[in-house]
Amino acid sequence: MIYLELFLTFFRIGLFTFGGGYAMLPLIQDAVLQNAWLSEEAIVNFIAVSESTPGPFAINIATYVGIETGGILGAVCATLGVVLPSFIVILIVAKVYKKFQESKTVKGCMTGLRPTVIGLIASAVLNIGTTVFFPDGFALANLNFYNMAVSLVIAVLGILLIFKKKIHPILLIVISAVLGIAAGFIGELI
Amino acid sequence: MKNKLKNALILFVTFFKIGAFTFGGGYAMIPIIEKEICDKHKWLKGEEILDIFAIAESTPGPIAINSATFVGYKVAGFFGAFCATFGVVLPSFVIISLISLVLKEFSEYKAVKYAFMGIRAGVLALVIKALVSMYKKCSKGLFSYILMGGALLISAFTEINVIYIIIACALIGLIYSVVLRKRGKEV
Repeated sequence: MIYLELFLTFFRIGLFTFGGGYAMLPLIQDAVLQNAWLSEEAIVNFIAVSESTPGPFAINIATYVGIETGGILGAVCATLGVVLPSFIVILIVAKVYKKFQESKTVKGCMTGLRPTVIGLIASAVLNIGTTVFFPDGFALANLNFYNMAVSLVIAVLGILLIFKKKIHPILLIVISAVLGIAAGFIGELI
Repeated sequence: MKNKLKNALILFVTFFKIGAFTFGGGYAMIPIIEKEICDKHKWLKGEEILDIFAIAESTPGPIAINSATFVGYKVAGFFGAFCATFGVVLPSFVIISLISLVLKEFSEYKAVKYAFMGIRAGVLALVIKALVSMYKKCSKGLFSYILMGGALLISAFTEINVIYIIIACALIGLIYSVVLRKRGKEV
């Protein structure tokens, strides 16, 4: 039953995500690839879509995975699943939030969780790097050196633009798309 | 009662606007929440919002949802929490549902495939940037580095589920803080 599975999977993801932004990404990669709901490439593509549309990444990706695997009802189940743990936990914490804020147990857990989440996101970044440079695996016969070179140029340029020039993510995505199209058609000629 | 209902409706509209116009979620929402909830409606004070975000960070789930639920609850109870959360989710849900149709329609075009090849490399730069900014905000020290490296290695090179890594590291953090306190140090 895909609907129940979407709901439960995203409920688990919501329950174990700590921190904002891409903290959810490693959990998403794990669950989505395990169930073969989307390809790694589709996830990376979607990160770009999510950056260029309003709304939190968590909701965007839950809705997308849901709709791709189970249509509108699938999207409802996945989104409800990812929201519900937050909703329940906050309703409980809101009543005792002074205690929660001063709780030594919570503080202790967070000292462990903060660095862990960073390590996990680093691993997610490695996955994305593999998808970008080795989309068909590491076997020599499957390597496309032209695409690798193009990706490397775009990635390095992107890093320079976003760290040094601090350009907006959407602008970076547009530039990358234009370069990708140009490189693709040039690649056909040579 | 009537007042509560009216507040809940305003909450829904406010968070719908926040969901529809903030790119990047989470922290990008803070200034808009401050403006709408503190300045315009005077429902909460500035420091209350900061408290809410601090808690939203250390409870499970996306920060955007946590803070919407929390603000909603403080302003108008359970129904307020429901309206605020529903409001912040709805725009994303509608927009992404529509976009998924468009993506499917165009994904076979050659130019679109080439565009996404470039975009994936751009996304790599974006997530590296996000990773670096998170790293800068995190406390440094041997304990942090061990957890960071451990989580990275286990998640990259084993099949162990990420959830188990998260549970284990929360426990390690808890034990570590207890040990530190026994030795008379603060975490």
